[in-house]
Amino acid sequence: MNEYTIFAIGDSAITIDFGNYISESLNKKVMAMQSWLHQNSFEGLVDIIIAYSSLSIIYDPAVLASKNNISKPVFEFVKQKLTDAYHLSSVQERDRIVKRIPVCYDESFGPDLGFISSEKQIKMDEIVYLHTSITYRVYMIGFQPGFPYMASVNERIAIPRKDKPRQLVAAGSVGLAGIQTGVYPLDSPGGWQIIGRTPFKLFDKTKPNLLIMKPGDQVQFYPVTMKEFSRLSNRRS
Amino acid sequence: MSIVIIKPGILDTIQDLGRNGQGSFGINPGGAMDRLAARLANVLTGNHLNEAVIEIHYPGPQILFEQDALITITGADFTAGLNDEPLPLWKPVLIRKNTVLQFPVLKKGARAYLAVHGGFCVEHWLNSYSTNLKAGIGGWKGRRLEKGDELFFRESNCRIADLFKSENNFQLLPWSVNPYSFYKDLHEVLFIPGHEWNELTSKSKHDLSSSTYTIHPSSDRMGYQLRGNLLHLEQKKEMVSCAVSFGTIQLLPNGQLVILMADHQTSGGYPRIGHIISPHLPKLAQLNPGDSLQFRPIDIITAESFLLSQHNELQILYRACEDRLKKLYADCRP
Repeated sequence: MNEYTIFAIGDSAITIDFGNYISESLNKKVMAMQSWLHQNSFEGLVDIIIAYSSLSIIYDPAVLASKNNISKPVFEFVKQKLTDAYHLSSVQERDRIVKRIPVCYDESFGPDLGFISSEKQIKMDEIVYLHTSITYRVYMIGFQPGFPYMASVNERIAIPRKDKPRQLVAAGSVGLAGIQTGVYPLDSPGGWQIIGRTPFKLFDKTKPNLLIMKPGDQVQFYPVTMKEFSRLSNRRS
Repeated sequence: MSIVIIKPGILDTIQDLGRNGQGSFGINPGGAMDRLAARLANVLTGNHLNEAVIEIHYPGPQILFEQDALITITGADFTAGLNDEPLPLWKPVLIRKNTVLQFPVLKKGARAYLAVHGGFCVEHWLNSYSTNLKAGIGGWKGRRLEKGDELFFRESNCRIADLFKSENNFQLLPWSVNPYSFYKDLHEVLFIPGHEWNELTSKSKHDLSSSTYTIHPSSDRMGYQLRGNLLHLEQKKEMVSCAVSFGTIQLLPNGQLVILMADHQTSGGYPRIGHIISPHLPKLAQLNPGDSLQFRPIDIITAESFLLSQHNELQILYRACEDRLKKLYADCRP
């Protein structure tokens, strides 16, 4: 049994939190609770949002309050649902296909490679080797449409976010933040240390199955040259 | 059956009550900043509550109506006028084709809403008409309205022209909503203490509920940056990302506060000091940069009963509007 806390994040949202950990087993539990809640859904349930080690329910109090069998405050009802989800859900081990994502680690795409190299006393080639030698777990999607939070990178390249975020990080940029690695699906401001770029589109609004990465996925990056990057970009678009 | 943007405003977008259920994909709800004003604009116009409306910031647009229409403007007072004749807010109005709607002077508030009877024919993406500017999708081509944009609205089963009783450019319908109780004490908002509230120093707790904060000019639909007494936790805290909501008050590393608004990200890793109650988000949405703000704490149980009583009040209003419209339609049926 894990320790948890349940608390309101507004008058229409509630979170169950297992603490500030990036842990595969906690994340698996959170995903199991999400599927339990999908199977045991209730009217007034608006959204279920999973994160590293927490799960949040967005609900409509007015819809819940209109039900005769639910006593007020409805907050207590949703809280009980979370407790039930915790006790009644069970983690299913599933075989996951490893998704391979090409990344061009050219310095023109990875403007922070030089900084990490001098800060961590490590050659750029080795940064690439270490980043591509681990299969990462996608823990959550957040920040912007389709942004995968993955972990854990080798400690030797774990580096804090930039002190001052960049105004513009290009779509496809691959970054590091502590032991996390992620990919920016859209052009946006951002504070992660950027080490390369993938030609793959992580978020394509014209495709019905929106995301190529989902929580629980296994992801491995592999290095490609600038030439291959262009070839793959053309093929994907 | 359309309107044309003759001159765009600074930020006019199509919004509804938000794109729900997509948080786990990193897709935020977005939607109208002032959901109360958006809802009431629709209700007064005889639309579904969640119909697409135009959210207007100041300076506002100039809009040519190419067709007779039944419209309602709610929210901020930008002295809306039709061919230079002033139009009332919170009141349905029949307007004739070939007239121009404009918003010349900012009098009060930050966001006005325009609903048209029948609703706009715009892009429905993941169950919502809301414009997601970041992803460039939903609403009108995923972007703000620009000069020359022609937005169609759906055909009504009621001939608007038959409802006119005079030759005037517009005609007021004989009902309206008095929204003032919803915006009472505009600069004071209630918040539910957040998960890290108890980790604030006692001085910081006191400062938040007793001092005044100002909305910084860098504030937008994503979030309101506040300036005021800096707050501090007893101990610095590193957090992993977790879901956040519309109204979450985050504490930034430099001690300043930001309130997450409609276009907020789905997750965040900053301490959560509190959460503005949803009945007070419309007030917040009507504040401008430079406006001051005071916070008062409330517990979740009291906040919920407040939300539910406001909901019931609105239900009564909706039904009253529906009855009026039904009668009106009965009059115009051939």
